[in-house]
Amino acid sequence: MLGLMRRVSMSGSIPTSMLRQSLQRILPGLAILERGYSTLGKEMTVREALNSALDEEMSADPKVFLMGEEVGEYQGAYKITKGLLEKYGPERVLDTPITEAGFTGIGVGAAYYGLRPVVEFMTFNFSMQAIDHIINSAAKMNYMSAGNISVPIVFRGPNGAAAGVSSQHSQCYGAWYAHVPGLKVLSPYSSEDARGLLKAAIRDPDPVVFLENEILYGQSFPISDEVLDSSFCLPIGKAKIEREGKDVTITAFSKMVGYALQAAEVLSKEGISAEVINLRSLRPLDRAAINASVRKTTRLVTVEEGFPQHGIGAEICASVVEESFEYLDAPVERIAGADVPMPYAANLERLAVPQVDNIVNAVKRACFRSVPVAAAA
Amino acid sequence: MSAFTAVKVLASGPFAGRSSSGDKAAASAWIGSSSCRILRPFHPHQPFSSVSSSSPSILRPIQAVSSSDVLSSKIEPNSPLSNLLITREEALDLYEDMVLGRSFEDMCAQMYYRGKMFGFVHLYNGQEAVSTGFIRLLKKEDSVVSTYRDHVHALSKGVPARAVMAELFGKATGCCRGQGGSMHMFSAEHNLLGGFAFIGEGIPVATGAAFTSRYRREVLKEANCDYVTLAFFGDGTCNNGQFFECLNMAALWKLPIIFVVENNLWAIGMSHLRATSDPEIWKKGPAFGMPGFHVDGMDVLKVREVAKEAIGRARRGEGPTLVECETYRFRGHSLADPDELRNPDEKARYAARDPIVALKKYVIEHNLATESDLKAIEKKIDEVIEEAVEFADASPPPPRSQLLENVFADPRGFGIGPDGKYRCEDPGFTQGTAEV
Repeated sequence: MLGLMRRVSMSGSIPTSMLRQSLQRILPGLAILERGYSTLGKEMTVREALNSALDEEMSADPKVFLMGEEVGEYQGAYKITKGLLEKYGPERVLDTPITEAGFTGIGVGAAYYGLRPVVEFMTFNFSMQAIDHIINSAAKMNYMSAGNISVPIVFRGPNGAAAGVSSQHSQCYGAWYAHVPGLKVLSPYSSEDARGLLKAAIRDPDPVVFLENEILYGQSFPISDEVLDSSFCLPIGKAKIEREGKDVTITAFSKMVGYALQAAEVLSKEGISAEVINLRSLRPLDRAAINASVRKTTRLVTVEEGFPQHGIGAEICASVVEESFEYLDAPVERIAGADVPMPYAANLERLAVPQVDNIVNAVKRACFRSVPVAAAA
Repeated sequence: MSAFTAVKVLASGPFAGRSSSGDKAAASAWIGSSSCRILRPFHPHQPFSSVSSSSPSILRPIQAVSSSDVLSSKIEPNSPLSNLLITREEALDLYEDMVLGRSFEDMCAQMYYRGKMFGFVHLYNGQEAVSTGFIRLLKKEDSVVSTYRDHVHALSKGVPARAVMAELFGKATGCCRGQGGSMHMFSAEHNLLGGFAFIGEGIPVATGAAFTSRYRREVLKEANCDYVTLAFFGDGTCNNGQFFECLNMAALWKLPIIFVVENNLWAIGMSHLRATSDPEIWKKGPAFGMPGFHVDGMDVLKVREVAKEAIGRARRGEGPTLVECETYRFRGHSLADPDELRNPDEKARYAARDPIVALKKYVIEHNLATESDLKAIEKKIDEVIEEAVEFADASPPPPRSQLLENVFADPRGFGIGPDGKYRCEDPGFTQGTAEV
């Protein structure tokens, strides 16, 4: 399969970013070889984007500090905070003991009293040990104190499935956190998203949950000069139309945007023009953009990696049914992870997470093209 | 009660010789009654330790200090009033604060039974010495973090009684405009950082506030930032994981925080002795590298002396302290608690040690004030409370538009509405008439 991929890439018919994603799925360790591929124009990996965003915000405002496990001397469990300890010192880049509840609470208390912490969770699965502070002490605080005390804190870390890490390390928390009023929940896809949204999150006066993705860290995306500027910020609450189309709307966030783009490419060869929306912000959800798109295309497929029940797709479907019912020409299709705790075996894991084929099939169902029965599982 | 009369094993010898100035100062300034003890962190590798480090469980002589010995060491020979722990002004301030706390809580009970207050109300009767003893020593910039039993902490910290009462009535003039209620008192102006319903939740938050204080001094270079944080919590909380996580981190990073345990022996209906493997909470401090004090929390003067010591330590940058105050709540856990499990004899014993009565006795015996001075204070407080109730009664309930306010500091967090503009820009939204 690797040989086939290589031959295809040389013929130039598949974008190298997609090639990288396919290779990453087969060989997760391939991130290191990333840089060897196409370097036309300026490119930046998501890791570099996050690192540069943290660096610039820390140098602009001395009240910003980092805390988390292994963020300092280890250079970050996923190397996102590389170099920051050397640059800013141990008082601004704190290696914490393994005490999520304790150090998250400490971050929240520091935010109450005037600082701007960025708390890293090694993965968002560990945030469950601290979720009382994220929700009860941070999200609800501005409201409970009637504006007396605001909480300018950012909780960031990788979210969702990685490769072969099994059920306790693979859950997607987008739906859990997007459920809570008082939180802002962001999930970037590309390097531009990562930089712009992280900077916006750090500057924001409210608690922000920033859901990254481990697989995307090593992925390179082309970026413009505007993105490299130190004042570059993306607005919170606005989605991005990654690819315009007219037949069907596909919404996705984080890694699934890449899959949706691949699916759109496959579909375009079959004559279906898909519009791909990168949500960027799960709370507040850009309902206006989603509905405007659905009113144009009349069909909707939502894609997410998390568990299906009460997920992001469910909320988007409800929003579209409430606001654009007359425009829909087909029932809304939801693609989500399987309704099971993530299995370990590689083949089962592949079955438990949406693949490009699943998206393609869902679009075809929405367009009333015939689809083999087995694929609907 | 019996837990505190058990023999305490103290390490006395090795620590007398320690060269750290903080410890020396603490040892000589150590005051209080025979029920106050300090256990220093035990370091088995001290070069001048006279005790064998391989058998730390050998019983060593108990260092009990009697109050008369200690007080005599504070006497300056030429000053007539210097054998007293407080001045007249301080005594009246303490008395007034405790009476304010007691009267306020009694009025809360009345108002609750008349239906003006609702939900969960947890009263502080009997524990006033702890709040007054500690908080009256603080500056405005120091912060206090409490639990759901927070009315009196708010009052001691300076939040006006009328604001607290209005908050309890759920009115728009309350300190949180009626959005927090009894368990969630916050005031940025007075640095009262809550008011938390979950026990143990306030401890990491307090540790964070102490962290900010140190950060401001060392990273932001604000040289005179020596603000301390007090974290108040109960005996039940001391079995919670977050408590231990924060003892560790506070000692590790030498944060200016004082952990004040209000040990009233009961967590709703769960006796402290039934819930805790080692009921002596002050001992848990040294396990993490900070001093642990135990003090009689029914005596405001003793609490105040220990508080001075602990707050001084924190201000000097010497790190955290754990103070266990033995106290008692005269009422049930909350106004909904029938309080059937506590022995009436126990209640009577503690009622006889009422902190307000004790302070009154002390003040009169030592001629710091007359009976009529104290009566005047009580009358003044009665008027303050009456006025607070009238104010709260007369205040309006929150307007409908307040429902959607303050969810975010940046209201664009509500996102973009169907018309493509931010929801918060829609006038219907701010008036509460838009669809939520």
